[in-house]
Amino acid sequence: MVGSETLGKRVLGIYLPLAFFIFFLLFPFYWMSLVSFKPTNDLFELKYNPFWLQTFTLENYLYLFQNTDFSEWLKNTLIISVVSTVLSLGCSILIGYALARLRFPGSNFLGVGIFLAYLVPPTLLFIPLSQVIAKLNLYNTYWALILTYPTQLIPFASWLLMGYFRTIPKEIEECAMADGCTRMQALVKIILPLSLPGMISAGIFCFTLCWNEFLYALIFMSSGPMKTIPVGTVSDLIKADTLFWGALMASAVLGSFPIAFLYSFFVKYYVEGLTAGAVKR
Amino acid sequence: MAKVVLENISKMFGKVAAVKNCDLTVEDKEFVILVGPSGCGKSTALRMVAGLEEPTTGTIYIGDRAVNDLPPKDRDIAMVFQEYALYPHMSVYKNMAFALKLRKFPKEEIDQRVREASDILGIQDLLDRKPKQLSGGQRQRVAVGRAIVRKPAVFLFDEPLSNLDAKLRVQMRAELSKLHDRLQTTIIYVTHDQVEAMTMGTKIVVMKDALIQQIGTPLGVYNFPVNLFVAGFIGSPVMNFIPCRVLSKDGRLMIDAEAFQLPIPEKKAPYYQALAGSEAFFGIRPNDIYDRLFAPEHLKENAIRAVVDVIEPLGSEIHLNVTAGKHNLVAMVDTQTNVRMHQEIELAIDLNKMHLFEKNPPNLRIAAE
Amino acid sequence: MGSETVKSRGGRSLRRLLDRESSLGIILMLPGALLLIIFMAYPFFLGIWLSLTDSVIGEMGDFIGFRNYTDLLGDSIFHQTARNTLIYALVTVPFKAMLGLGLAMVLSNRMRFSNPIRAAVMMPWIVPTALSTLGWFMILDPVFSPISWLLRSLGVIKQNINFLGDPILAISSVCLVNIWRGIPFFGITILAGLQAVPQELHEAAAIDGANAWHRFIHITIPTIRGVVLIAALLSIIWTFADFQLIYILTKGGPANTTHIFGTYAYQIGLSATDIGQGAAIALYMFPILAVFAILLLMYLRRD
Repeated sequence: MVGSETLGKRVLGIYLPLAFFIFFLLFPFYWMSLVSFKPTNDLFELKYNPFWLQTFTLENYLYLFQNTDFSEWLKNTLIISVVSTVLSLGCSILIGYALARLRFPGSNFLGVGIFLAYLVPPTLLFIPLSQVIAKLNLYNTYWALILTYPTQLIPFASWLLMGYFRTIPKEIEECAMADGCTRMQALVKIILPLSLPGMISAGIFCFTLCWNEFLYALIFMSSGPMKTIPVGTVSDLIKADTLFWGALMASAVLGSFPIAFLYSFFVKYYVEGLTAGAVKR
Repeated sequence: MAKVVLENISKMFGKVAAVKNCDLTVEDKEFVILVGPSGCGKSTALRMVAGLEEPTTGTIYIGDRAVNDLPPKDRDIAMVFQEYALYPHMSVYKNMAFALKLRKFPKEEIDQRVREASDILGIQDLLDRKPKQLSGGQRQRVAVGRAIVRKPAVFLFDEPLSNLDAKLRVQMRAELSKLHDRLQTTIIYVTHDQVEAMTMGTKIVVMKDALIQQIGTPLGVYNFPVNLFVAGFIGSPVMNFIPCRVLSKDGRLMIDAEAFQLPIPEKKAPYYQALAGSEAFFGIRPNDIYDRLFAPEHLKENAIRAVVDVIEPLGSEIHLNVTAGKHNLVAMVDTQTNVRMHQEIELAIDLNKMHLFEKNPPNLRIAAE
Repeated sequence: MGSETVKSRGGRSLRRLLDRESSLGIILMLPGALLLIIFMAYPFFLGIWLSLTDSVIGEMGDFIGFRNYTDLLGDSIFHQTARNTLIYALVTVPFKAMLGLGLAMVLSNRMRFSNPIRAAVMMPWIVPTALSTLGWFMILDPVFSPISWLLRSLGVIKQNINFLGDPILAISSVCLVNIWRGIPFFGITILAGLQAVPQELHEAAAIDGANAWHRFIHITIPTIRGVVLIAALLSIIWTFADFQLIYILTKGGPANTTHIFGTYAYQIGLSATDIGQGAAIALYMFPILAVFAILLLMYLRRD
């Protein structure tokens, strides 16, 4: 940084605001975790300080697995997220490659189309889409989400991968073709291994979005054991008047954990992916 | 080992022609150099031979096959790129073995060929390294090695030396010439560097603005450039061009450049007869201009006077930038020449090496062979 | 030779299709494009059709022209919905941008544990919104709110605050949660923009006599302007078309005062089974979304 800073300046300029941000941004998670480890009775005990744990318990987590469909939800969410991510990534690799490398009629138009598709929100489509899903008899099947999530994932993932493919020198691929590869072989043997970081970014992005999706899952997966974690937690654990706060928070913590865990391993890739569209283009 | 023929090849990118009506025959085992300024279409021509671009019109033959419809992999060619294009995720060994593996060669043969090629190029110790651990020169060798192991019918080189520093470039030039001699294979080599063209090629093809300007041996093109462009592009330092008028005086052809007049030698006169009375460019290479004091006797009669502007002593010779009348000239003179700036000097011109180019249109050439 | 050629023709023509750029390009686009057509383009047009009918769930209705649209113009809840959506999408943006900028400036300093800190502050953006919103749901609960507890213990209030039960407090609360969720997105995007500013530029300016404030105004702001604009447009589009945050916190209540287009369309179209009307509510978003999408596209393609 320019100029030397005194400790006092650093505290005022950096650590104080940092503390504010960390407190504000992380407090809800602290609160969720706290409540999830609290016995329900302690919540009602007004003389206790609610910001601290008086008694530690795992009863809320046990309740989740014993008295609700949580384990089913977990399985559903995992299967749907993995399959949908793989499918989207596959389609996006092909689209990204075609847009980055091939000259074909309509490619500019299709590129803009894909970008615009990125901006189409689920709320614009969910009503007619529910009719389509009904007609295809996909209600309460994994396919309802596996096939519809890619519409939210492919546009961004293609965009991201296209940018990544463009950073790989064209000559390498041409050389592979002169060496005896077909275009597809060159893609598989040369381009894909070289764009591994890009594919990790795109994959994490897709997986996160699948895992977090709420609206389509809410509408298309209404039967109890077919729900995903976010929908199951919201619709089955919030029952009028009798709120199981502990179980609710435990479910929220467990549902958030895999994403937070995955993310903390691949921060770099996620940030790259997130900012690719805005900064690098 | 094969002959390569381009028959009336054109390539359009949208409305822009990258290559126009190109006819070229590359004989078996020839080392052909496509040379020209950037954007002249030489790389596009090469890429069409490789199959990386589709010609808009015309037919390409490799050996006896028309290859227009064949993808690169089926053309039996190997290509070396300017940026080397080594596969970054593979070791040197794997880079070199890649093409053979794709063709399902037995392991022992792959190994034997890779070792052989790495011996030729002196990269035996680098086989386990990744490309990013190599220097520029080493990468270049690996790129060449990767082509050699294939034993292809035709080698294609796309400006392979332009990323190397000057010293390495000179060294690699010699090595590529040796390599061609040893492999006895057809090579098509693209460069913008006329020195590479002159030193390595058995045949050079000069291109400009999507058109082939001249095809010939290096010395043929150097001594008998067909137009102003080729004359100016081939040879270093660059040929001097002086606007002049061609006169016919007492049955002799003369060049009149206002500041001086020079007779056209009898031997050359018949070729330039048609230019009598018109504007033209008189071309003379700097090394055909002498300090009159040190010129061979028979050249001393054709001398001009000029004022010295800049003196560049290079050790083995001296370059003089001089002004004669209103014309600027460069002369390469003997190291014994003793002049100072702003002094006048007498320069003898070897008119047997002169060229004359018609002014309008400047690229139409009056034969001088 | 002749018979061999005939036999391999089928295989060869496929291979030629795969070798030619023009045909290969289209073949590669197909799988993804197909999904987008069936589950995005087709529903879009189906939605337009539905919005022009009096369809209810399970029964295709009759064509009624623009009645669904004109009916909505006279619906006071719809007016409120439109107002809420604009507040929710537009008013929150400056807060997200300013706080995001602040976060980015703080994070751009060299400090210990900067990687784990960056990872931690991203959490609101990356964990499932539905689940983190549940945390807020409890924080804003009339009985269990820790905020109420704190204020009560400090003697500021006598009674717990009913954050989600009062119209003004409810809309403010959902905006707050939305801002909370959006800060990291702005922060990390702006941080990336900040890091693209060469350090020499700051040093050169410092030598020229610019103080920290001048450098911020004349170097930092101009270089991140583009990034901020893009992040803001994206954020507006997403927030405008949000659903889950409001669905979980208020379900549009109290008394329909916090609906946005998404939740109101859900209530009318699916809960009340009036899908024609629901489709019309959702499609009211389209022109506004289109304007912001075009702005974004124009900005991105400006050179």
